[in-house]
Amino acid sequence: MEAVLFFLAAIGATAGAIGVVALRNPFYAVLALIAHLFSLAVLFLLLTSAFIAAAQVVVYAGAVMVLYVFVVAYVGSAHEAKWDPVPGQRLFAGLLAFFLFVEISAAVLSSALKALGTHGPDVPAGFGDPAAIGTLLLEKFLVPFEASSILLLIAAVGAIVLAGKRKSQNAPGAGDGVMSSGHSAPQARPEGVTPAPASPGQPVGAPK
Amino acid sequence: MNISWYIVLSALLFTIGAIGILVRRSPMVILLCLELMLNAGNLALVAFSREVGNAQGQVFALVVMVIAACEVVVGLGLIVAIFRRKLPLDVDDLRELRG
Repeated sequence: MEAVLFFLAAIGATAGAIGVVALRNPFYAVLALIAHLFSLAVLFLLLTSAFIAAAQVVVYAGAVMVLYVFVVAYVGSAHEAKWDPVPGQRLFAGLLAFFLFVEISAAVLSSALKALGTHGPDVPAGFGDPAAIGTLLLEKFLVPFEASSILLLIAAVGAIVLAGKRKSQNAPGAGDGVMSSGHSAPQARPEGVTPAPASPGQPVGAPK
Repeated sequence: MNISWYIVLSALLFTIGAIGILVRRSPMVILLCLELMLNAGNLALVAFSREVGNAQGQVFALVVMVIAACEVVVGLGLIVAIFRRKLPLDVDDLRELRG
């Protein structure tokens, strides 16, 4: 039963990963990544780590992927050129990846970790459930826990600063198509800013 | 199931993510492939945690998820900023830092 579940989840995870790499439309790539994350959650459950599986589904497949979907919808699906700018890039990438896979597998499987060939030791019933992880986080790993919360705050502020509007550089209506009516006269632009070549009424996501 | 199956699967997923980063040129898809690689690392961490029988490796996996969330937020903010300046969303065109 466990082997069947493992191989189903492994096939799902691999198919999702290949879908992320191979699909042209970024929206479909995000959907493939969501399938991949759900398969990984099943694998985490098989490894008796219930809290990680729940966090994977809630945080990753729930929150982060929604952010991706929003940005894909905002930016639009940019058409990617099918040809290689560097000749033979795909061939070399495939070769490098193949050797990387062989090397990692050989390094792990030929290591001296004797417990790799086993199922792992028998663990108590509460292994990896939220209570155990919470105890670890708040007792043994308290400083990394707080540091990661500060890191999340910094990342949120940084994203707002990065993606926010710049009043000095964006002429009114050049950055977004919402405020373009009535303010697109040339004298309204600050000095030193060239007018945007694209028309302000260009729909968001139109191919450039 | 032996733990080594999980490790080999993790290596395979990491490799697929590496292929995506090497081949694709849209920065958004490159971020997605980076997620694949981080998740492969997560799978290896949890598998090793199960192998040792110690739940501390799962805390490592949680921290990796936090880092991945930060990286996604900053990366998507950069993509939105690039898009607002009407620059091409192509990593082969975005070679110079200025401009």
